[in-house]
Amino acid sequence: MSVSLAVTPKFADFDPRAALAWIRAEADWLAIRYVQENTHRRCARNGRPEANALHLERGVMIEAMVDGQVAYAATSDLSRQGILQAARNAATDARATAAHRVAEFSPDWRPAVRGIHESPGGAGLDSTGLAEFSSRLIEATQRLKVAEEIVTAVAEAVLLETETRYVASHGTDIAQRFLMTWQHFGAIAQAGGETQSRSMNGPTARCVQGGMETFDWDVLLDDCRRVGEQAMELLRAENCPDEVLDLMLAPDQMLLQIHESIGHPLELDRILGDERNYAGWSFVKPEDFGRLQYGSPLMNVIFDPTLTGEFASYAYDDGAAPATREYLIREGRLLRGLGGRESQARLGLPGVANFRSASWNRAPIDRMGNVNLEPGTATLDEIIGSVRRGVYMEANRSWSIDDYRNKFQFGCEYARLIEDGRLTRVLKNPNYRGVTVPFWRSLAAVGNAESFKAYGTPYCGKGEPNQVIRVGHASPPCLFRSVQVFGGGA
Amino acid sequence: MSFVQARRQLLDALGDAVFGQLASGEDLILNLAAEDQHYLRFNGARVRQSTRVRQQRLSLRYQAHGRRVDFTFDLCGRIGSDLATSLSLLQRAREEVTALPEDPYLSVVETVERSDTHHEGRMPAMDELLTLVAREGRAPDFTGLYAGGSQLRATCNSRGLRHVFSTESFFVDYSLYTVNAAGENKAVKGLYAGRRWEAEPFLGGLGRSRQRLGLLEWEGRPLEPGHYRVYFAPTAVDAIIGMFSWGAVSYSAWKKGDSALKKWIEGDLQLSPLFSLSENFGLGLTPCFNSLGEVAPERLYVIERGRLANLMTSSRSAREYGVPGNAAESAEGLRSPDMATGLLAEADVLSMLGTGLYIGNLHYLNWSDIQHARITGMTRYACFWVENGRIVAPIRDLRFDESLYRVLGTELEAVGATAEWIMRTDTYNQRSLGGSRVPGILVRDFRFTL
Repeated sequence: MSVSLAVTPKFADFDPRAALAWIRAEADWLAIRYVQENTHRRCARNGRPEANALHLERGVMIEAMVDGQVAYAATSDLSRQGILQAARNAATDARATAAHRVAEFSPDWRPAVRGIHESPGGAGLDSTGLAEFSSRLIEATQRLKVAEEIVTAVAEAVLLETETRYVASHGTDIAQRFLMTWQHFGAIAQAGGETQSRSMNGPTARCVQGGMETFDWDVLLDDCRRVGEQAMELLRAENCPDEVLDLMLAPDQMLLQIHESIGHPLELDRILGDERNYAGWSFVKPEDFGRLQYGSPLMNVIFDPTLTGEFASYAYDDGAAPATREYLIREGRLLRGLGGRESQARLGLPGVANFRSASWNRAPIDRMGNVNLEPGTATLDEIIGSVRRGVYMEANRSWSIDDYRNKFQFGCEYARLIEDGRLTRVLKNPNYRGVTVPFWRSLAAVGNAESFKAYGTPYCGKGEPNQVIRVGHASPPCLFRSVQVFGGGA
Repeated sequence: MSFVQARRQLLDALGDAVFGQLASGEDLILNLAAEDQHYLRFNGARVRQSTRVRQQRLSLRYQAHGRRVDFTFDLCGRIGSDLATSLSLLQRAREEVTALPEDPYLSVVETVERSDTHHEGRMPAMDELLTLVAREGRAPDFTGLYAGGSQLRATCNSRGLRHVFSTESFFVDYSLYTVNAAGENKAVKGLYAGRRWEAEPFLGGLGRSRQRLGLLEWEGRPLEPGHYRVYFAPTAVDAIIGMFSWGAVSYSAWKKGDSALKKWIEGDLQLSPLFSLSENFGLGLTPCFNSLGEVAPERLYVIERGRLANLMTSSRSAREYGVPGNAAESAEGLRSPDMATGLLAEADVLSMLGTGLYIGNLHYLNWSDIQHARITGMTRYACFWVENGRIVAPIRDLRFDESLYRVLGTELEAVGATAEWIMRTDTYNQRSLGGSRVPGILVRDFRFTL
C-alpha cells in the first residue's frame, strides 16, 4: 500500500476538561487552551526534492486569575504533574503582578459559551499519496523552467491540520478544527546581468482553508508555465517609470495594502500602546472611530471570519468570543477597530473577535483575522478604460511602513503600463510609495464581485514575545489616482 | 534537577534508545531546542501580560537511501511517552523515504566531535523587577519586554557526535515615551541584557535613556526628503547588517539568483575598504555548531576591507555546487556578525558629522530593488538634526531608499572606533540566542524619499 500524506504520530491521550478538573483549586478562575497542529512542508527545486518536513506542535496554555489579574503559563508536559505545575506558576505570577496590572481582568472577557467548529471539509491528506504529490511538485518546477535563463524554479506546498480546544472554569468549552493549505510556485530568471523573479500571486499569498482539492494540478501546471514566461518577459522589460501616475493594484497586491495600512493601524492593542516597543503605535486615535474619513466613499472594509475558505475564518477567537462579520470602514468612514474583549473594555470602544495566539506557547493578543475590501461595481475593462496614463501592478515582493502606519513603500513583481485606457508594455521593478489616509482617499474605482479574490499570509509578525499568525485578505482590483510610482536602479 | 540538566538527560536517554533502533545505512540527527522562560510585557510601566513558557522541541533528521526527512515535535519531558512518539516518527520516516525521489545533495557529518558548554546566570527576582519598573518607568512612559531564564540547544547523531550549549540569561528591551512641545510622541530605545542581573546597570541605562529623551522634547525639525549627510549609531547599523542575512552573503542565494550583492560577488561593484564583516563565534553569544553538528571556525571573514572573503556556505550548497562548506546553517545567514571598527572616536561623532542627521534606530527594512542592493526603511526613535557639530532638534521620521553600494561603498566616510554589543531580542517560536558587535558609521550622502 502506498504511503499517503497523512501522518498519525503516537501521542499520549490528553483530555482538556479532565485537566481543568485537576487544577480547579489553584486560582479564582482558570482556563486551558490546548493546541495540536501538524504542519507538512513539501518543497521541490529545479526538478529535485528540496525539503520534506513535518512539524508537530502540541501543548497547552493555562490562564489563571488571582486578585483580578490573569497570568499565563505554557507547557508541553500534559501529565497531571505538568499541568498542575504550570497552573501553579500562572497563579503565582498573577498574584505577584496583580498590583502592577494594566487593567483588572474580568472572566466576562472569556464568554461562557460552548461550541464546535470545523473548517470546510475538502479532501483530507489521506486522499493523496506522498510519491504522487512529490512528483507533481517536481513536475511543477519543470513547467516553471520555460527557458535556460530560469536559474531557479521552486514549487512548495504547506499543509496544515489544526485542532484547538478551549475550556474555562466558568463553563466555556470550544472545539475548533481547521485544514489549510499554502502554495508557492516561483521562478527566477537571469541573463546579461539582469535578474528577475516571478511567482504565482507572490511568495506567500496563496493561502486558503481547504484540503487537497485546492491542488488542481491541471490548472496549476498550466499556470506555472505562465509564471516562467513572465519571469522571462521581465528580463527584457523596461523599468517602471518614476513619476506620479494612476495606480491599479491587483487583488494579490491589495492584500498587502489592506494588511499594512488598514489592518495594523486599526488594531486596538496598538492604539492602546501595548505594541509600542516592537511593531509600533498607530496614527489612529480612539476619538477617530465614527469620525475619521479614512478613505474615499468607495471604501468598505469588513472583518469577516465567516467567508468560507478564506485563510483566517473561524467561529470563535482564542478568548471564546463568537466571531461575527463587522464593518470596520463604511463608505470611507472609520467605524470600528480590530480588538478583542480585553481591548474593547480597556478602551470603551467596539471591536471584533480577534484575540488570537500563534500557538499553545503564546498568550493571545489582538490580531487581524480576515480583513477584506468589499467589491464595488466596476468591471476590469471599465477601470483600465478610465486611465489615461497609469501602472497596473501584481504580486507583492517588497513591503515597509513606519511604526505609526503612515509612510509606506511597497514593491511588486510584475507591472503593465496603462496608456489611453489600454494595458500596454510590461514593466519591471514596480514600486510605489505614499501616506495611508491620503492614499485611501485617492481610491477612485473598486472592481466588482467577479474580480473579488481571497489571499492571505501565514507570516504576520507582532507581539512580545513575538508571534506569527495567519491572516486572510480578500479584495477586488482597485484604482488609486496620482500615486508616486518608480522603478529600480542604483 | 534544573530544567537544563533534565533536558540533557532526556536527550541522552532518547538518543541512546532511538539510535539503537537504526539499521545499517540509516543516519539520524537529533536537535533539541528548549527553553524555560518568563516573559513580562509592560505598557505604561504596568504589566500587560505575564507568560511563562516551558518548551522542548526535538527534531529528527533521518537519512537513508539518498533521501531525507525532517520531523519536529514538542517533547512532553517524560521518556516513555517521548520515546513512543520518536519511534512512531522513525517508522514514518522509513515509510516516507520509500516514496520520495532521491536527493543528491545530502551530507553526513563524518567527524564525531563532542562539546558541552553551560553559562550559568542569575535572573532578577520578579518583585525587584516589578518594583524598579513601577518606580522608574511611570514618567517617562516605560513600555517593553523582559525575558529571562534558561535556553538549550543540542545536536547529537547516530555516529556519536554530541554538542550541547545552554545558557541562563535575560534582557529588558524597552522604550521610553514622552510628548514634545508640539504634542508629538517621541521615544528612545534601551536594552539591558546579560547573564547576571544587577539593578545598577539597569538603572544606569534607564537614566541615560531618560537624558536622551529630554533632547527629544525640544521642538522638532521637519525635514524635506532629499540627500543628507548622516551618522548611523550602532543600533541603526545593526539593522543594516541584519539585511546581510537575507541572502546577501549566502552562497546558495547567489547561485539561485537571490543575492542582493551579486554584482559585488562577481566583481562588478565594490564596497568600501573601510568595511569589514566577519562571523565571530568568539563573541560567545551563540553555539558554534549548526543543526548538522558541524562546528564553524571561530572566526570567518565574509568581507575584508570591502572585498569578498567568504560566502556563507552550508554543506548542502557545498555538495550542490562543488565548493567547500564553512559550517553555515541551512539558511546561510550570519549567526554572530562582527563588524570591524574604524577610526571615528565616539567623542568626535558630532563634530565629524558637522551638519546632517544623527540616526539612532531604523525600522522595518526590506529590499526595494535586490539587484542594486537597495533597501527601504524608516528612521525611528532618537533621530536628530545636527548643525555645526551640535544637536539642535529632533526630526520627524523619514523614509529612505538607498543602496548598500553607497552606504557601505562610495559614501562611507568613517567607521566608529568602538563597537556596541547588541543582543538579539527576537522571540518568534522561541527566544533567540546570539547577537552582534557593530560600530556606528558616517555616510557622506544618504537618500531620504518620503
